[in-house]
Amino acid sequence: MNYVYFVPLFPLIGFLINGLLALARKSYSDGKHPLKSLVSWIGCTSVGLSFLASIAIFFELLALPAGERVVQKIAFPWILSGKFHIDVGFLLDPLSSVMILVVSGVGFFIHVYSTGYMAEDKGYARYFSYLNLFTFFMLMLVLSNNFLLLYVGWEGVGLCSYLLIGFWYEKKSAADAGKKAFIVNRIGDFGFALGVMLIFWTFGSLNFSHVFENAPHVLALGGGLVTAITLLLFLGAIGKSAQIPLYIWLPDAMEGPTPVSALIHAATMVTAGVYMVARCHALFLLAPVTMGVVAVIGAATAIYAASIGLVQNDIKRVLAYSTISQLGYMFLACGVGAFTAGIFHLMTHAFFKALLFLAAGSVMHALAGELNMQKMGGLKKYIPITFWCFLAGTLAISGIPLFSGFFSKDEILWKAFSSPHGHFLLWLIGVATAALTAFYMFRLFFMTFLGKSRMDPQVESHVHESPKSMTIPLMVLAVLSVIGGYSGIPHSLGGSNRFEGFLSSVFEHGHSETQAAAYHAVSTEYLLMIISIVVVVIGILVAHRFYIQNLNIPKRLAIKYKFPYRVLFNKYYVDELYAIANGIASVVKGLGVLIRKTQTGYLRNYALSLIFGAMLILVYYIFR
Amino acid sequence: MEILIFSILAIVAVVCSIMVICQKNPVASALFLIATMVSLAMLFLLLNAPFLAVIQIIVYAGAIMVLFLFVIMLLNLRRDEFGPEKRRAQRFFGILFVFLLLIGMVTVIEVGIFGSKSTETVSEATAPAGVEPLAQLLFTKYLFPFELASVLLLVAIVGAVVMAKRRL
Amino acid sequence: MMVSSSAYLILSATIFTIGVLGFLVRRNVLVMFMSIELMLNAVNLAFVALSRQLGSLDGQVVVFLVMTVAAAEAAVGLAIIICLFRNKKSVNVDDFNLMKW
Repeated sequence: MNYVYFVPLFPLIGFLINGLLALARKSYSDGKHPLKSLVSWIGCTSVGLSFLASIAIFFELLALPAGERVVQKIAFPWILSGKFHIDVGFLLDPLSSVMILVVSGVGFFIHVYSTGYMAEDKGYARYFSYLNLFTFFMLMLVLSNNFLLLYVGWEGVGLCSYLLIGFWYEKKSAADAGKKAFIVNRIGDFGFALGVMLIFWTFGSLNFSHVFENAPHVLALGGGLVTAITLLLFLGAIGKSAQIPLYIWLPDAMEGPTPVSALIHAATMVTAGVYMVARCHALFLLAPVTMGVVAVIGAATAIYAASIGLVQNDIKRVLAYSTISQLGYMFLACGVGAFTAGIFHLMTHAFFKALLFLAAGSVMHALAGELNMQKMGGLKKYIPITFWCFLAGTLAISGIPLFSGFFSKDEILWKAFSSPHGHFLLWLIGVATAALTAFYMFRLFFMTFLGKSRMDPQVESHVHESPKSMTIPLMVLAVLSVIGGYSGIPHSLGGSNRFEGFLSSVFEHGHSETQAAAYHAVSTEYLLMIISIVVVVIGILVAHRFYIQNLNIPKRLAIKYKFPYRVLFNKYYVDELYAIANGIASVVKGLGVLIRKTQTGYLRNYALSLIFGAMLILVYYIFR
Repeated sequence: MEILIFSILAIVAVVCSIMVICQKNPVASALFLIATMVSLAMLFLLLNAPFLAVIQIIVYAGAIMVLFLFVIMLLNLRRDEFGPEKRRAQRFFGILFVFLLLIGMVTVIEVGIFGSKSTETVSEATAPAGVEPLAQLLFTKYLFPFELASVLLLVAIVGAVVMAKRRL
Repeated sequence: MMVSSSAYLILSATIFTIGVLGFLVRRNVLVMFMSIELMLNAVNLAFVALSRQLGSLDGQVVVFLVMTVAAAEAAVGLAIIICLFRNKKSVNVDDFNLMKW
């Protein structure tokens, strides 16, 4: 269990070394970094070693009996201030071990991919140092045993997201996108911080085990306090995981390099919100109102984002909206009490979404940076490896049986229907979203790889398959997208659902509720499964009809239904709404002019106010 | 006897500190400050802290104040010729708040705060004093701050040199 | 007969107050800095007095560290004053009023 210290430590060391190497670059006159291979080795092996440590921890946890798979390791006490006691401590249980496996595993393959993708970039060392730093913070986030350390990781991944989105900072749109991401995240983080403060005020401690064990005794079921705490925590999750209304930063975040989009905005950072809700399930289960809010927002986001993805032409934007939509699914799962299903979908989504993003990057690499799907087509013969990997990812996300996405998505849909917190409407929205997902994903697939080529002739002459450093991670992730679901085959299909069993010790509370409901009507489960498969296949066939057989249909539909098309295309004009925020800002500015008068610039005036304040405090305490 | 010495030193200290802030010539201010520090060093001796008394003279009066005088010399300052005080409100409120602060502090000392006044005393014969117990404490319980202080001094040296250089 | 700690503390408070007064009233930057040193000295006196009253040497260790910090601060502060003087050719603190709005 002492391996746990290595898990975040190696990426931190990688960051420090790569950071120094990045600074050293400035003294070299030509663009390429001379120590590039050293940077690559350090960057990738640091995460690779974390991954090996995570595997070791996983097996050690398995060796423990099922009810006792909780280990806390405290590195050192951090804050000791009266009653406020915070350690730098790590909590190892099935949930955190799943998370570190996903983060370090997928992260490792993305690091390897980046060595190929970013090979020509001037900021190579800086890129890897940021990527390592991000991995460090994310691992701290999921391993921490108290709210404050989780918040440190939370903020840290937000910072790295900003740095990496705006990686090509000379490009204005990239710099703006980075700022937008950070500011929108901040709003969520504000709510999260308030939630954490409320928790401390209620419980007197921020340690997870202390808070969660005492929660049922201290907080009234459905009471105002616990609802407030959970809503505030969820606000943080909304910001971090791009749900309505704080999702606007994610599509713009596609300005960053594609491996960044894969790692941060598909597999890991955006899932931090889901992890947090799952970790705090003890609190959320005490607040049915919040659970309802979580489920509704999750479902609404899922279908909303899917609808926007239907008409986007930028390959990465479609994937971005798809991520928002899939995150909606995860929150829907948590909202109905199916935390295990949510985490299961988190894992499979990490596999296939990272795969899709990396494959899209491979397409862009082949086409020298082209993003617009309207200028693609017929790529199958040029880049076959990418083609097959992309197909695997698309099948997985659409929820085709035998692929991982099917098992996880179906689990969520079933629980949305059957759980005591669930509702028929939630299930219906989930199924509709599944249809839309299949449609837009296959639309993307058909437009990019099949059909007649619409490429620029000059671009077409240079199309080439990506180097091995990029294609091998693609293939690994493709395999995982297929087989990753087999650990969670539900009982109704004859599987043992070992994933759920593994996590059940974590989610004992929620589990007993939903499990009781699930044991009824296995036939209903089959029925729902078949409905969702049928719906998905219809989606695929429609996409096929539109984009392979008769390309005129989508064009005619766009003209006929011009208004909905434009609304969707412009993402419901939400960005323009945010301009209202500018108006509020100018009011505050006017107030600022008034208050500005106190900033005279004269040192002695400031000293005077200091003494005045000190005197006031003294007088107050004397007269107390 | 002790009270007599204490009174003399106290009066010297207060008078010299008042002169520090009243002189127009900064060199005179510095010299009065040195006098204040020396009287404080004597008070440290009275309080059974011989090591600190010596350190006070060597470091404070002997090094820091000399540094001050060097800077005054470098900047070639003479008597203050700034002109009348334009910010009279500053002066008035300054004196007022300072006076209130003094009253507040004396009240706290005499009456106590957050409850009753502390009257805990330890017999002088058994209390530790001198260099050796101090060193023992410094190198065991306060080792970390001690090391940090040396790092701080290093940083200060580097910072001062970098900032005061003519050309970087 | 031992002088009571209150006497030392009142003396310390007095010197501290005089230092604050000097800081608020004087305009010469160097004299303001000297008043800061006065304040630090007053605090040192308070620490030593209380250390004797409580019979533990922790107060004296703190004084030691305070002196170290004061030395470092004096060095850096004087360097800053030299830089300021080079730019503005004045030691009147009211001339350094750019830190506003």
